[in-house]
Amino acid sequence: MIAIIDYEAGNICSVQNALERLGAQYELTADPEKIRRADKVILPGVGNAAHAMASLCASGLDSVIRTLRQPVLGICVGLQLMCRSSEEGPVECMGLLDARVRKFPEGADAKVPHMGWNSIGNLEGKLFKGLEGGSYVYFVHSYYPELCPDTIATCRHGDTLFSAALRWENFYGTQFHPEKSGSVGAAILQNFLVL
Amino acid sequence: MVAKRIIPCLDVKDGVVVKGINFEGLKEVGDAVQMGVQYAREGADELVYLDISATREGRSTFADLVRRIALGIDIPFTVGGGIGSVEDAARLLEAGADKISINSSALARPRLISELAGQYGSQFVVVAIDAKKVEGRWLCTTHGGSRFTERELFDWAREAQERGAGEILFTSMDHDGTKAGYACEVYARLASELSVPVIASGGAGSVQDIVDVLTVGRADAALAASIFHYGEIPIPALKKALKEANIPVRL
Repeated sequence: MIAIIDYEAGNICSVQNALERLGAQYELTADPEKIRRADKVILPGVGNAAHAMASLCASGLDSVIRTLRQPVLGICVGLQLMCRSSEEGPVECMGLLDARVRKFPEGADAKVPHMGWNSIGNLEGKLFKGLEGGSYVYFVHSYYPELCPDTIATCRHGDTLFSAALRWENFYGTQFHPEKSGSVGAAILQNFLVL
Repeated sequence: MVAKRIIPCLDVKDGVVVKGINFEGLKEVGDAVQMGVQYAREGADELVYLDISATREGRSTFADLVRRIALGIDIPFTVGGGIGSVEDAARLLEAGADKISINSSALARPRLISELAGQYGSQFVVVAIDAKKVEGRWLCTTHGGSRFTERELFDWAREAQERGAGEILFTSMDHDGTKAGYACEVYARLASELSVPVIASGGAGSVQDIVDVLTVGRADAALAASIFHYGEIPIPALKKALKEANIPVRL
């Protein structure tokens, strides 16, 4: 069973739909017991990181997530909440991944938000099994996790090279949306499901 | 670098994909979900579904269809047609649409753009503009090109951006359906005046037309309907040709 954490952080039906397409059993839940018992946990999120963090803390789910031992995947703002802090707010986050989340500088050739299909490189580990550097995935964000020892994939937007994905022990995160990234995204989700 | 996008556009009437020639003479071309899945598989970067139903029943059919599309396809998609309020948009976003596109309703009430951007963020809001050249000026039209407004294209596009539009989708009604190429010089001017992405629509007849609008026209995305629906330009071959022309595309 996959637990998708339900904490009122925007529209997450695309994550549910992606798991449906992969034939995975999942449950949208805010129940700490169900989350602890799940084989895998997904922390989705869209919108403002400070609001999302406040919502997560209000439900006490941040302390539940910190103690999880099964594979956990944060997506987009979900990933950002697993980092040390975000300039969006600013807000202190869970600190499970060793990156700070920063705002993209505006640039003539690098529009903000960074939105659309971009290629990822320096792919490391099982999450990217079967995929090659240069694969395209779908991004929608104005804040990015910086490069750090936990980086397992990179992406460039204008002059900024940032972490497209991170991992520390059982905690994984993608800044891009695997659920909207065609066959590449489906492969990444499938790789997560079989970790 | 963000890839340039290829976007098939599907006009939906009462749940079925149709395509008009100059917005008239509709022809049924296929099932909306199946066509979307097929396009996604062939390498389309995004899809646009426009509801052209005129009735209340047609509209509620569309919301159900959006739910099925969201379940079926794994790439982003935009929906438009008949969105006149934040509530209309909310229904479609909750059904799983990634972005919504507004046109006539934004011209009638420009604050709608700010309301939607304020509620959901600019990245959800596409402002579509249909314009026609009249005595040297590009005038915005509504109701599928049948009614003129006083608004001038460039001025309106800038205002839409200032109000929070995340993208501008401009269709030249003079080029739409002709297959004689996009209005490249107009897109180039829009790209130089705007900071948000510009989607080109209307006039695609060949691979070269698409190369031109993404290079000379500096558009971020090219949208087309009939050349894809009738298989005249298969998307894999198009993507390959764009790559060979040194345009950054997702293969």
